[in-house]
Amino acid sequence: MDIELMLKVYPFFLEAAWLTIVLSVLTAVLGLICGTLGAFARLSRFAILRFIAAAYVSVFRGTPALIQLFILYFGGPQIGIQLDAFEAGVIGLGINAGAYMAETIRGGIISIDKGQREAARTLGLSHWQAMYKIILPQAARLMVRPLGVNLNMLIKATALVAAISVVELTYTAQRYIGSTYKPFEMFLLAGVLYMIIIYVTGRGVVWLDRKVQIT
Amino acid sequence: MTDEKSFVEIRHAQKAFGKLEVLKDISLSVDKGQIVGIIGSSGSGKSTLLRAINDLDPLTGGEVWLDGVEVNQKLPHRQYEKHINQMRQQVGMVFQHFNLFPHMTARENVTMAPMLLKGLSKDEANTLAEEQLDNVGMLERIDYYPSQLSGGQKQRVAIARALAMKPKLMLFDEATSALDPELVEEVNQVMRKLAEQHMTMIIVTHEMDFAASVCDRVLFMDQGVVVEEGPPSMLFKNPTQPRTREFLRKHLENAK
Repeated sequence: MDIELMLKVYPFFLEAAWLTIVLSVLTAVLGLICGTLGAFARLSRFAILRFIAAAYVSVFRGTPALIQLFILYFGGPQIGIQLDAFEAGVIGLGINAGAYMAETIRGGIISIDKGQREAARTLGLSHWQAMYKIILPQAARLMVRPLGVNLNMLIKATALVAAISVVELTYTAQRYIGSTYKPFEMFLLAGVLYMIIIYVTGRGVVWLDRKVQIT
Repeated sequence: MTDEKSFVEIRHAQKAFGKLEVLKDISLSVDKGQIVGIIGSSGSGKSTLLRAINDLDPLTGGEVWLDGVEVNQKLPHRQYEKHINQMRQQVGMVFQHFNLFPHMTARENVTMAPMLLKGLSKDEANTLAEEQLDNVGMLERIDYYPSQLSGGQKQRVAIARALAMKPKLMLFDEATSALDPELVEEVNQVMRKLAEQHMTMIIVTHEMDFAASVCDRVLFMDQGVVVEEGPPSMLFKNPTQPRTREFLRKHLENAK
């Protein structure tokens, strides 16, 4: 194993890891927005919203994220959507992650005992007041760990945008393999950096989960 | 039919889940300050009837009136929501499983709705919570979370939470059924105190002795109809209907 080479190139990998983090954060934010909208739409009293949300979830969970990215990035211009690789990566992965998060969030909301909603409504709270004051604060606590799983998957999924040439960790590793012919070292370096990002995120999720538990 | 309405008036209440008829044309009036008990085996429709009064289980037919206002009137969705939220503020409800909000302390359980819906300031709401929790003997546990309370204590907080909205009517849906036997009395005491203060109450219960001691009138329901009703002295001691007798006899046997 060429340790010397790894030490020489790792600053460039750190830079790429930073882009992976930025990509993950933006994707997570977009995913949460799409997921929240999707979850509420699935729980809506309007059949049309429920249908749209169910279609969204099954389409984006039912096809490879890589195909979704290719359609958006390579196919987009054909239907008038011009995005650079980074934008396409964030939007594609964000919408994909949203489909998974929608199910997580919906699951959290419907797992709250219906007596809670009834007690809130009985006091005179509106549907949204009951949601905001009573259901969501409890559901959010239950969602921390499953959303952590979604986050874990999402960080790993950012590797896919290498295929549309976003210069993040995986793409950087491939690029250095082109010039060094050392795939073992380069992929190992990328793998270690992914592991660190995911480990730190995972600890953060555990910490948050403990912090929000009801005494 | 005259249009003279009692304080609580249920007219021809019907409720069906598909083909299953849970309530078959039930009418009931309750005067202000009256305490009405509803007894019957599970599946008789007694909880459904109670829950229809604040539209928690909407009726499929019939009317519910409270203090001269039709509760389940036909309105477009948005208007109806506004109307029903207004109505529900006037009706306190106590559940078998308490349904306290687990992420809030006893105090917060009591202050939440008055602050949100009646615009009480934090200080006003705190005073109200202290008053209401003191009333049910729970002042000492005001800053405890529900998970730190016993069943009886939870139910007393739940009663305080309902009373904090200053309701005109209190509905009790088997308020003591989920409690350990030794905790039943502390909740019954709170309900007796309310009775002494002439709160209008409708009480669905399995406890015949309690019903007999606090209710002005008791209804026996079976298979979606009111089989018999009358003052407890009559209904419990001299039931006229065979089904009532059968129910009371079985109940007595189980109690032994």
